[in-house]
Amino acid sequence: MGGLADAAARRLRSNPAAVVAVAALSVILVLTWLGPWISPNNSQTLDWLHIAARPGMQSSHWFGTDRLGRDLFVRTLAGTRVSIAIGLAASVISLLVGVSYGAIAGYIGGRTDHLMMRLIEILSGLPLIFFVIFLTVIFGRSEYLLFFAIGAVGWLTMARIVRGQTLSIRQREFIEAAIASGAGTGRIILRHVVPNVIGPVIVYATLTVPQIILFESFLSFLGLGIQEPGASLGTLIAEGAGEMEAAPWILLVPGSFLAVLLLCLNILGDGLRDALDVKDG
Amino acid sequence: MNNILLRVRDLRVDFGAHAVIRGVSFDLCSGETLSLVGESGSGKSTLARAILRLLQPAQGSVEFLGVDLLTCPPAVLRAQRRGLQIVFQDPLASLDPRMTVGESIGEPLKIFEPGLNAGARQLRVRDMLERVGLSPGMTGRYPHEFSGGQCQRIGIARAMILSPKLLICDEIVSSLDVSIQGQIVNLLLDLRDAGMAVLFISHNLAVVRHLSHRVLVMYLGKLVEIAPCDALFESPVHPYTQALLAAVPHMPHATAAAAPAAPGELAAPGELAAPDLMASGCAFRDRCPYALPVCETSEPPLLEIAPGHWAACHRSQETLNPLSFPA
Amino acid sequence: MADMVPTLSVDRLRISFSHRTGSIEAVDGVSFSIAPCECVGLVGESGSGKTQIFMAAMGLLGSNAQVSGSVRFEGNELLGVDGPTLNRVRGSQFTMIFQDPMTSLTPHLTVGTQLAEVMVTHLGMPWKDARSFAGRMLERVHVPEPKRRLNQYPHELSGGMRQRVMIAMSLLCEPSLVIADEPTTALDVTIQAQIIELLRAVRGEFGMALVLISHDLAVMAGLADRILVMYAGSVVENAIAGELFKHPRHPYTAELLKCMPSLTGPRLDRLPTLAGQPPRPGEMLEACPFAPRCPRAADRCRVERPQLEGPSTSQVACHFPLTA
Repeated sequence: MGGLADAAARRLRSNPAAVVAVAALSVILVLTWLGPWISPNNSQTLDWLHIAARPGMQSSHWFGTDRLGRDLFVRTLAGTRVSIAIGLAASVISLLVGVSYGAIAGYIGGRTDHLMMRLIEILSGLPLIFFVIFLTVIFGRSEYLLFFAIGAVGWLTMARIVRGQTLSIRQREFIEAAIASGAGTGRIILRHVVPNVIGPVIVYATLTVPQIILFESFLSFLGLGIQEPGASLGTLIAEGAGEMEAAPWILLVPGSFLAVLLLCLNILGDGLRDALDVKDG
Repeated sequence: MNNILLRVRDLRVDFGAHAVIRGVSFDLCSGETLSLVGESGSGKSTLARAILRLLQPAQGSVEFLGVDLLTCPPAVLRAQRRGLQIVFQDPLASLDPRMTVGESIGEPLKIFEPGLNAGARQLRVRDMLERVGLSPGMTGRYPHEFSGGQCQRIGIARAMILSPKLLICDEIVSSLDVSIQGQIVNLLLDLRDAGMAVLFISHNLAVVRHLSHRVLVMYLGKLVEIAPCDALFESPVHPYTQALLAAVPHMPHATAAAAPAAPGELAAPGELAAPDLMASGCAFRDRCPYALPVCETSEPPLLEIAPGHWAACHRSQETLNPLSFPA
Repeated sequence: MADMVPTLSVDRLRISFSHRTGSIEAVDGVSFSIAPCECVGLVGESGSGKTQIFMAAMGLLGSNAQVSGSVRFEGNELLGVDGPTLNRVRGSQFTMIFQDPMTSLTPHLTVGTQLAEVMVTHLGMPWKDARSFAGRMLERVHVPEPKRRLNQYPHELSGGMRQRVMIAMSLLCEPSLVIADEPTTALDVTIQAQIIELLRAVRGEFGMALVLISHDLAVMAGLADRILVMYAGSVVENAIAGELFKHPRHPYTAELLKCMPSLTGPRLDRLPTLAGQPPRPGEMLEACPFAPRCPRAADRCRVERPQLEGPSTSQVACHFPLTA
């Protein structure tokens, strides 16, 4: 895989939009992890002297404070950290589960595939919000529940994509050659099918991350996800929405972070697709 | 040479309602090179896949070294694959684009000789590369970095690394330049160790002539003629075989021993009929210059007309001479 | 005869493709001409550049192609000409038959529509007349049940039949030049024989110039008046067909002829072969491109590029051509 990954990396590097996106993402990542060390504030302290303060350099609150006097800079960075973590973790779960499920269903085919696809269709048919609410009612509000709920549903589309890719790979001659060489089903799926569908999978995974972040933001906005005093971009935006007229920066700061994050991830996803799409073989 | 390696009996393959192989039987002996010729629609590539059980035939048996490949359990089938290998037509498509050629060639070793450590395996792969005429240092390259001819050598290396008893070659030179075809065929001839049999599938009669001990001719899913190589080319019996030989364009510099008229005049007119229309009778009758009313109603059986020479034609007992019949 | 305007005249044509890593030369200074009603065979293996010459003439090369030199059709320059001007001759006066009729026929239009479209576009014929003309042309190329075929889609026809439709399409406007690019390569040998017969008959009937591009010399035997042999982007031999087969002058031609296994003659233990492989496009050197594989190569061949020389009946690009 080495040679092909190098070629893809080279193509990605020559795509200016993708390069900018990667740079911006790196800046955000560095900020979210290092940020709290730079600022004298932390995300929990209530600064009664600077309630809903404007952003500025005079006080130590560079991005201003919220209704309770908490520093927006540090809080936003904390929120971004949480959102990215959830996005990545859920994407990884959906990747692992989705790829295995899709590859097995697509390769084995027949009745197994039929049954496996029906299961996916049933799960897709469930209204997602109610499902999450239901789980929240049973298990109480928690971040782990959020991970699980998003990851459990996020794999569905991944599985469908991988199955489709597997179906088209299955007919190709090198798979026949592998069977004729005596390879068993497990070996073929692991060594031949998965590496050859990885291109679209990576691209889709990159595009899934922003979707999941948005979804989590939405759930948190509705009050179903991360709860006080924890913060995610979604809860911050929810708070900011309420203060929109009086103190717009409370909304704009987390809002812009979210927008930039999603934009960069989407551009990176497109860039990856272009870089990986050129079939060398 | 009388050791029968492969015994195919009454093989039948259906694609939906359409019968692609309609009752094929033949034997292949140890050390023999048996060629299978036919045009598109004859079912020859399907036959290769059926023998390897890459698809499931509707009926029939394929006995390899005494084991019926079509009915044995999957584990036994996989074990048998060690002795029965195939090289495909499209050299690039049959190699996994994401694996280096070293990994592709070494994969059969990983499967059948798992006790071999990486170093020993690498040694055998390099050795095999050298035997097929490629530099052993190329193990780390990817298939797309090689030309068609080189990829075909890699395919052959992969098929030969376990020293199979039977090698099936499915149109392995058809997609190659003429000047490279000879190299690949000669390589095959070199690698043909004592005892390895080859089933060589091709539509190129000239290549087949120089390579085979015996030839099978297939038309629309049935064998219409089986003969020793010389007999087939010097005195073909079935009208389709005659048409095939006559259709090959003749080079003017070749000694015109049997180049009567322009190729087009003797080639079978018309096209392959859709086989589902073949309700009864001989499949070739619509294109056959010697068809009789009996050809429409009864399908000719494959009969031995001379030792080792079989033909499926109602008129095979007559000496059919194309030059004595009006066009 | 000598002062008639040649149907096609190619002069020092050079084609290269620009690529991330540099430019790749596909055709390296090719010159030849085709007289009216002449049938010329163009033989070469992969990397020879034989198809690119005519793709350039037809204006079908991609935007990364750089073309220099000249290609004249009946005296008029084709290279660099704009779309509308090219469209006036391309498809009507000067047509092409491609290798794989399945991909060159539009899958979602009926055969009749595609044929009629040619005449409606180029000759301004009304649709009804165009369709009946198309039907008659299908008869002339021996397509059975022509009326029925007009209403069928390409995937409903067999390979041989589709190729006949392509041939019919190329003849509709009575062109003066037809290029057949590997017309029989994708077909079975019995169908190939029929198509070669058809091309021979059609040439007799319509009297146009025909270029037959193929990697198979045998296909040209009996059809081509003259044969051009290409190797690695240049013409290495240009001779009258009969002479070429009997007395090839370029070592590559001789080796190619030897490599073609025959149905007659003695059975061989090993097939004649040519060592090595054709250079990949872009591997053009100062020396003779065939030197690495040539059994007659000498030092001069490895430093100096031979030029195409000789009388018009037999030209060869070699420092040490074979003698009769």
